Amino acid sequence: MRHVIRRILFYVCAVWAAITLDFFIPRLAPGDPVAALVGKMSTKGYVTPEMKQTLSVMFGLDTHDSLWVQYFKYLGNLLHGNLGNSIQYFPTPVIQIIGQDIGWSIMLGGVAVVISFILGCLLGIISAWKRNTALDTMLSPAMNFLSAIPYFWLALIMLFLFSYLLNWFPLSGGYDSADIDPGLTFDFIGSVIQHAFLPALTLVISSLAGWMLTMRNSMITTLSEDYVLMAKAKGLSEGRVMFRYAARNAVLPNITGFAIAIGAIVGGQLLTEMVFSYPGIGYALLQAVNQQDYAMIQSIFLIITLAVLGANFLADMLYTFLDPRVRQERSA
Amino acid sequence: MQTQEIPRPASAAPIALLPSDPLPARFLNVLLVTWRAMTTSRKVAVGSAIVGFFIVVGLFGPFFMTINPNATSHLFIAPPSASHLLGTTVVGEDIFSQLIYGTRTSVFWGLGTGLLLTLLSVVVGLVGGYFGGWIDDVLTLLTNVSLVLPALPLAIVLAAYFPRGPLTISLVILFTNWAWQARVLRSQTLSLRNREFVIAARASGEHTWRIIFFEIFPNELGLVVAGFVSTTIFVVLTWAALEFLGLGDGTIPSWGSILYWAQQAGALGGGLWWWFIPPGACIAILGAGLSLINFGIDEIADPRLRPERSVKAGKSKKAVA
Repeated sequence: MRHVIRRILFYVCAVWAAITLDFFIPRLAPGDPVAALVGKMSTKGYVTPEMKQTLSVMFGLDTHDSLWVQYFKYLGNLLHGNLGNSIQYFPTPVIQIIGQDIGWSIMLGGVAVVISFILGCLLGIISAWKRNTALDTMLSPAMNFLSAIPYFWLALIMLFLFSYLLNWFPLSGGYDSADIDPGLTFDFIGSVIQHAFLPALTLVISSLAGWMLTMRNSMITTLSEDYVLMAKAKGLSEGRVMFRYAARNAVLPNITGFAIAIGAIVGGQLLTEMVFSYPGIGYALLQAVNQQDYAMIQSIFLIITLAVLGANFLADMLYTFLDPRVRQERSA
Repeated sequence: MQTQEIPRPASAAPIALLPSDPLPARFLNVLLVTWRAMTTSRKVAVGSAIVGFFIVVGLFGPFFMTINPNATSHLFIAPPSASHLLGTTVVGEDIFSQLIYGTRTSVFWGLGTGLLLTLLSVVVGLVGGYFGGWIDDVLTLLTNVSLVLPALPLAIVLAAYFPRGPLTISLVILFTNWAWQARVLRSQTLSLRNREFVIAARASGEHTWRIIFFEIFPNELGLVVAGFVSTTIFVVLTWAALEFLGLGDGTIPSWGSILYWAQQAGALGGGLWWWFIPPGACIAILGAGLSLINFGIDEIADPRLRPERSVKAGKSKKAVA
């Protein structure tokens, strides 16, 4: 129990750190974000003093409050779910835009993570089992190379090959918004799958190596355990020894990795979404960076961080639950 | 790969160095170990050759370039030819020249940032691990918090607020990624701090900083080198990602900024493969080279991962016993 409480305290600390960073980064940065924005906006048209005033209010720079008062106001706003207004879609609240986009990210990332996890674990198990065969000696370096490829570049190549040259998949978007209305229709779902296929494939390819190599290394260690030798000696079938004896114990590092990957779904595919112009949170971030929509950038960071922290906490608890050694060691 | 020779433990120099050696001898020893690792493991050899190639190109390549990477011309979006080996951009810049100059930027900022990152994590890890007490508590808390905060989104937020340029990116990456390596080194230091040679050094009145950096640090050198290599892979990838997002200085040619301009100009929709394939391929090959080195180091450090017979021999012994 002491272990659990310590972990909870730690995560409270981490959430506080993230929120505080989010508050201080804009205030520590050199230059004046309002002036920068006004400069940017005045190239497109005249900026009235009222607009300038609104911008200052949005950045919380209009007040003569001390930093502390500003900080507590900011915390209060956060507790009310008030993350500020977007500049690109003025005056839509940021939280509303994120709410629309996050569903796309979670769907795309969720499917990709599950596929990649299952496939990666299976490949790792087989690769370790068939160790030193041609399969294993080919697979490991190949996977190693795959993991070194910058995945946004892989995404570019995929897009070029399959969408531009072969014309199999659309070049951008989350669904065919010109012809199809969103809804639970066959057409819409088909269109969504068609649009999500390439981004998902990229995500699977780029994350496969991690699952596989972790599984392989863990499996190799497990295979040299006595109980595996014993199981083999008893003449149990190969599949039973492989999955029920070895893999079941070797999968532990990957299970916690899986919980963390679930949290990374929200923010782990930023670049893939950007390349495919997929209407998720990553694409929203790209646009926010291009438009210098600071409230949006900060809020997206906060949402991603909260998701990651939540998942890490879950992974921690899961590990404590699954591996009694952790519990005993730390509470002792 | 199966024929690969792995140094037998008896013939290889010890990775953990004897603390009694004088400093130059230790340094020589490190070089010797590095050289042996490079020549005996094929993975490390191939990886080092790849990385070495990029370093040489980055150092000397630009001297052979006759075309200024930022010079525009009237030859727009020309496919690769003898005069423009990798074609030109939409404003007529020579992509091959950009790539060579970009190699200099990307490789050296990447290696430099990797080095700084390693240095920072060495200091945090060793100081925390050696001193213990409240210093360690504070540093460990900082490390762990930094570990759970998502690095790329934080880097994007930071880079978006600060002035564009290589220095910003370097500092941002430094700030968001030092923790992992620091944690590894801290636990290693914890296990070393009560060894006899450290206690002896303390008893003979050596200065604390000297104990940390001249007695303990050399014993962690293998770990630090492995950490440096994997950190550098990560730095190169993150660097390219941030520049691809437009958070770098677009006027300085680098692999990431070539990709950024290609994306901005719609190179993909226009089928200008010669614009966006080469820089990404360079990143991938350099990354593969570095991870080959790392794989080799891992195998030397953890015998169980080696692809040879020693494990089977061990097993049969166990079976006999």
